[in-house]
Amino acid sequence: MRHPWFIRAAQRMNSISFATQVLQFIVTGLTVGAIYAMVAIGFNIIYNVTEIINLAQGEFVMLGGLVMVFMHVSVGLPLVPAFLSTIFLVMLVGIVMDRLGIRTIRKPSVMTLIIATVAVSIIIKGVAMLLWGKSPYDLPAFSGRTPIQLGGVVVQPQYLWVIGFLIVVAVGLTYFFNRTILGKAMRACADNPSAARLVGIDVEKMVLLSFALSAAIGAVAGMTMTPIALMDYDRGAMLAIKGFGAAILGGLGSFPGAILGGLLIGLIESLGAGLLLSGYKDAYALIILLAVLFVRPSGILGNLQVTKFKRF
Amino acid sequence: MMGKKVAAVLLACLLVGGFAISPASAAYKIGALFSVTGGASFLGDPEKKTAEMVVEQINKAGGINGEKIELVVYDDEGDATKCNLFAKKLINQDKVVAVIGPSVSGLSLAVVPVFEKSRTPLISCAASYKIVLNEKSGKPYPWIFKTAQSDSHAVEAIYTQMQKMGISKIAILTVTDGFGASGRQELLRLADQYKIAIVGDEKYDPKDTDMTAQLTKIKGIAPQAIINWSVGPTQVTVMRNWRDLGMQKMVFFQSHGFANRKNIELAAGAAEGVYCPLGACNVAEVLPDDHPQKKVTMDYMQSYMAKYNEPLSSFGGYAWDALYLVADALKAVGPDKAKIRDYLENRKNFIGQHGVFNFSPDDHNGLSKDAFQMVIVKDGDWVLAE
Amino acid sequence: MLQIRKAPIAAGMLFILIFPWAADRIPGIDHYPDVMIFAGIYCLITIGLSLLMGYAGQISLGHAAFYGIGAYVSGILTTRYGFDPWLCMPIGALAAAAVAVAVGAPSLRLRGHYLAMATLAFGVIVNIFFREQRQWTGGPDGMTGIPGLSLFSFEFDSILSYYYLVWGIVAAAFFFTIALIQSPVGRALRAIHTSEPAAAAMGIPIARYKIFVFAFSAMLASLAGSLYAHYMNFINPGTFDLFFSIKLVIMMALGGMHSIWGALVGAVLVAFLSLEWLHFFEQFEILIYGAILLLVTIFLPEGLAGLPAKLLERARRPS
Repeated sequence: MRHPWFIRAAQRMNSISFATQVLQFIVTGLTVGAIYAMVAIGFNIIYNVTEIINLAQGEFVMLGGLVMVFMHVSVGLPLVPAFLSTIFLVMLVGIVMDRLGIRTIRKPSVMTLIIATVAVSIIIKGVAMLLWGKSPYDLPAFSGRTPIQLGGVVVQPQYLWVIGFLIVVAVGLTYFFNRTILGKAMRACADNPSAARLVGIDVEKMVLLSFALSAAIGAVAGMTMTPIALMDYDRGAMLAIKGFGAAILGGLGSFPGAILGGLLIGLIESLGAGLLLSGYKDAYALIILLAVLFVRPSGILGNLQVTKFKRF
Repeated sequence: MMGKKVAAVLLACLLVGGFAISPASAAYKIGALFSVTGGASFLGDPEKKTAEMVVEQINKAGGINGEKIELVVYDDEGDATKCNLFAKKLINQDKVVAVIGPSVSGLSLAVVPVFEKSRTPLISCAASYKIVLNEKSGKPYPWIFKTAQSDSHAVEAIYTQMQKMGISKIAILTVTDGFGASGRQELLRLADQYKIAIVGDEKYDPKDTDMTAQLTKIKGIAPQAIINWSVGPTQVTVMRNWRDLGMQKMVFFQSHGFANRKNIELAAGAAEGVYCPLGACNVAEVLPDDHPQKKVTMDYMQSYMAKYNEPLSSFGGYAWDALYLVADALKAVGPDKAKIRDYLENRKNFIGQHGVFNFSPDDHNGLSKDAFQMVIVKDGDWVLAE
Repeated sequence: MLQIRKAPIAAGMLFILIFPWAADRIPGIDHYPDVMIFAGIYCLITIGLSLLMGYAGQISLGHAAFYGIGAYVSGILTTRYGFDPWLCMPIGALAAAAVAVAVGAPSLRLRGHYLAMATLAFGVIVNIFFREQRQWTGGPDGMTGIPGLSLFSFEFDSILSYYYLVWGIVAAAFFFTIALIQSPVGRALRAIHTSEPAAAAMGIPIARYKIFVFAFSAMLASLAGSLYAHYMNFINPGTFDLFFSIKLVIMMALGGMHSIWGALVGAVLVAFLSLEWLHFFEQFEILIYGAILLLVTIFLPEGLAGLPAKLLERARRPS
């Protein structure tokens, strides 16, 4: 196999070259970005159907990681059953959240609904603390921890799992929303709930489905990131904020936007930490986010016309 | 309708809760401020458990001078405002004779003025030297003591080890919270003294998922060793990244924040060969029998693990030291704030979990860099480094 | 919303006046005036926020930054340059207003969630600067030695004196804001909130009003920050982080977004819940906090300030 010139150049040198370093930053940035992108996709699914920004999205990720640790490490289920049962359980949490938290609100203004999601996120975090305590948990990497060397660039096998699952989620959702009746019905709710109701779509069921779906995607993100970063009960809020940033940067409601936004934020953080002062790495991503918003008030791939119709 | 009743009951509970506390006045009342929950719970949780265990032990043995001691613990959640309020509550309402904690340097600094103003002894469990040094006067704050080793002690222990190993070119990695920032400051300050050149200075956030970028940058500089200063999950992640990047040629040093066997387990093999400075209580079993702290540390380790069934973290030891110091003072001079202060200031040769304390009017920490044992991880356990 | 009833204001003021006296006589709550000082400081911020969120309809998830700017301006100018603490308050407020105008001009064009994210990002960036500019701010460990307040050799160093100082300032801000709401400015703001296109058609310079309200609320938050710094004699970046911004929005939601009373009720309630009551529940604290928040959003979407009206309505029309 013949590597590109810059990798060959790096191989000739003993210490790590600048180009290899930059490649390493990109690989790491894409991996972290893929996690953010999955969170952002979760935001979009619920946003499209309800206009709510579900700030409990990060808690789904946290639950995904911790439930997986329980299933795989504590109960001892093999990888695949543990994976599937974790998705199922976290989906259940999403459904309960919609039933008990969101639907019961009598006069739902967008602001009240967002506060309700904050309340739910606090409750989920509280329950997770009672169940798992405060210490971090580890999960064995899905296919071992022997790093793969590509030239001077080191790729942990788990990186590939994270990026791979992002691709699976993206392809699966594209198929779901474009090719299945259910997916099309959800899109109809997103475009115009009253019209959707007129043609006989059960909007409430679609809202429920959106919560279940985004909980499932959150769980996938959590399960794939835990072998890299460990997981503890307090991780959700930060992930929610990064994912929210990614969704906004890409343009709310747009799935390609979410992926683009997530990967961009991951890349900026990684390159910023590697090439500039690492203490400010979060600030770099946010400054670029602000700059983009000032030029394009509805994000990179967002549609300004659509935003104007939204209530909030 | 049901929900409304639940809400009403809940509100009623809250209101009653606000009134129902009846301050029983025990003379031997000690206050404690720990960050039991929140971002610093890895400190506050073992501290609270240790303090409660010690009080139980003392009371079971008949108390102090025949009096039972009472411990009032408040959880500041790592929040300066709460810590300040609870400090005043302990002093004015609970009328404690002395307070142990807070767990975190920032919060200890936040309540120093409260204790100075109210003339109540405070024995902090946090690291920063600024807690016991009034930078304006150059003298310790009269009413403030601390049991945790200063960061400078840990840094000196690491640098001394590096000199022994012939390391002179290093990179440092610190977390952007109070713990990392104060470690970083000491690392930079003391480097010249030990003829060590810091060629890389990287940071990451306490909730970060991956530090490969920072380590890759360091890899490009190729120092002889790396010092990481953080606590919580990130100190494990950073070690795994170091291993995965194949950087084992650069010796990895952790701070004393690494002081929990759980971290070795979580590192999944990546901790092999990592150095760190530890308080004696972490390595009680491997201490030589004639070590002055052998007995107290073994006792603590055994009773803690028996009671809570979890590995010992050295942070609990800070609370052990602080509480036994107060108990020691109470035994000697009784429940009088000023006398306790005077007694503590002149206490010598107090054998604690984290060293042998020798307090003086110029030193309210009473420890030296010898309070740390340099340890290396071997076969998943601590071994004393030569 | 427009007419201001005198009775609740008089009752509220009386309550504030006698509260320390009463609290001192009830065992177990004699430290409540101390909590009320922080509640008052939060009230200053939420009064500004109610104007911004309730009347101008703009969300902000970044007000902790302005709170922090006030605190750090006070802290830095007093400890490093020996400024008089009283002088620092207007300087901090002006600095906060300047930042608000600079950030607000491009941000307030944004709508809904985009505005929320932009203000959030602003707040986080400011907090990173508090943390990283160590030589100025003391870094994550914070800043010590900030002097207290005094006036003609009278030191505001007791809980009681600071209580009346803070609540005096809250009262002043309250009356000023009510006057503002009743002025043409207030009418214009309500017009903007009801319908931006209609307001624009009537010739109201929407952008200018929005920026004005944003800057005004930033000044109040900055003032609150100064008061916090001089009371605590200590500040650290953790006090002014994103989670405090979210807590401010929670105060607004619990109290009620659309009235200045809601802002006061929400701030006092959250202050007591988070600083005092909830810790009785120990490890269940987080859970109960979330449950209270959820119950209020479910059963009182208008916030607690909407409760009296609701009860009145029910009493009039027994169903």
